[in-house]
Amino acid sequence: MEHYISLFVKTIFIENMALSFFLGMCTFLAVSKKVSTAIGLGVAVTVVLALSVPANQVIYQAILAPGALDSLMGITDPAKSIDLSFLSFITYIGVIAALVQILEMILDKYFPALYQALGIFLPLITVNCAIFGAVSFMVAKNLEFGESVVYGIGSGMGWMLAIVLMAGIREKMKYSDVPDGLKGLGITFITAGLMAFGFLSFGGISL
Amino acid sequence: MSSDTKKVLFGPVINNNPITLQVLGVCSALAVSNSMANALVMSVAVMMVTAFSSMFISMIRNQIPSSVRIIVQMAIIASLVIVVDQVLRAFSYQLSKELSVYVGLIITNCIVMGRAEAFAMKEKPLVSFLDGIGNGLGYGAVLLTVAFFRELFGFGRLFGIEILPLIQNDGWYQANGLLVLPFSSFFVIGMIIWAVRTKKPEQIEKD
Repeated sequence: MEHYISLFVKTIFIENMALSFFLGMCTFLAVSKKVSTAIGLGVAVTVVLALSVPANQVIYQAILAPGALDSLMGITDPAKSIDLSFLSFITYIGVIAALVQILEMILDKYFPALYQALGIFLPLITVNCAIFGAVSFMVAKNLEFGESVVYGIGSGMGWMLAIVLMAGIREKMKYSDVPDGLKGLGITFITAGLMAFGFLSFGGISL
Repeated sequence: MSSDTKKVLFGPVINNNPITLQVLGVCSALAVSNSMANALVMSVAVMMVTAFSSMFISMIRNQIPSSVRIIVQMAIIASLVIVVDQVLRAFSYQLSKELSVYVGLIITNCIVMGRAEAFAMKEKPLVSFLDGIGNGLGYGAVLLTVAFFRELFGFGRLFGIEILPLIQNDGWYQANGLLVLPFSSFFVIGMIIWAVRTKKPEQIEKD
């Protein structure tokens, strides 16, 4: 249990998707003008991450990993071992796109109110690099199924925390006198840099 | 070269830059800009993927049903990225290790997807190809500028060749530790945006 908790805290703070790995930056910078929309998008990203990281973990270990199909195909000679890992990118993106589509349909059918609130963000999520990035990191770190569930939820929460904080700062910043050329995108970049600076201090925590 | 071709090819470099104006493809711009060599490889990879995916998508644009177009585009882009990844692994294994998951993340790089959706779905193959090259150039310009500042002032080197002799090596230059850290690219990009918008006031955002 302790192992899972420390992995969870680590993915939220120390290895924050947005502020340590700079993933999902396009949406992070573009959709962080208001706190309410930031929360909506954050929830959607967390849900998709919590589903797609474990789903891809299962698919990778069962089909794509080097040698995974050997016993099924009855191959005993290591020289003929099947390695489908070169197909991983296209599989991940297919799984993510399919999951987002299914989630959209389920929400539309059973939770129309939630669909109304999240609906516009869902298509955006397929191309959110935080999802694809988390899946790639999961494979690179060689996580087990249980760990991948925790990793998915944790990285989603971390991303949500970052975008909500960013939106809070940007709401306040409307009232400040920013030089013309820096207005909008420029100052947002610099703010994000300072936030990443702050998150760097979590790196000192050892778990 | 006609003026139209010129506009398509060089417009995205400054006037309509994908990173500083359209907020696309920021993630990788931040993470891989610590050395000129990484930045150059990444820019070429993105340029190739954008150009060829735009061309292929444009070729079949009249056959794609609009309800499944995102999946079709994703499949084309993912296949191209797999090619790039395998080529990198075959010819420059060290670099592909350094770029790690960021090569795979070209799939979710919003520049590729954005150009496919906004340009290639409407235009002819050749123009789309040039548009892809142009946007790759715009992305590369920003990436290389950021990498230039970070490698020169952070490590005193350019392309691994010592330009400013460091104090550790009996030189006179004290390296700037901030620029070694990944988030410093936030500040550098913020400053680039400021510089570009001071020069081109029509890009300043109204609030």
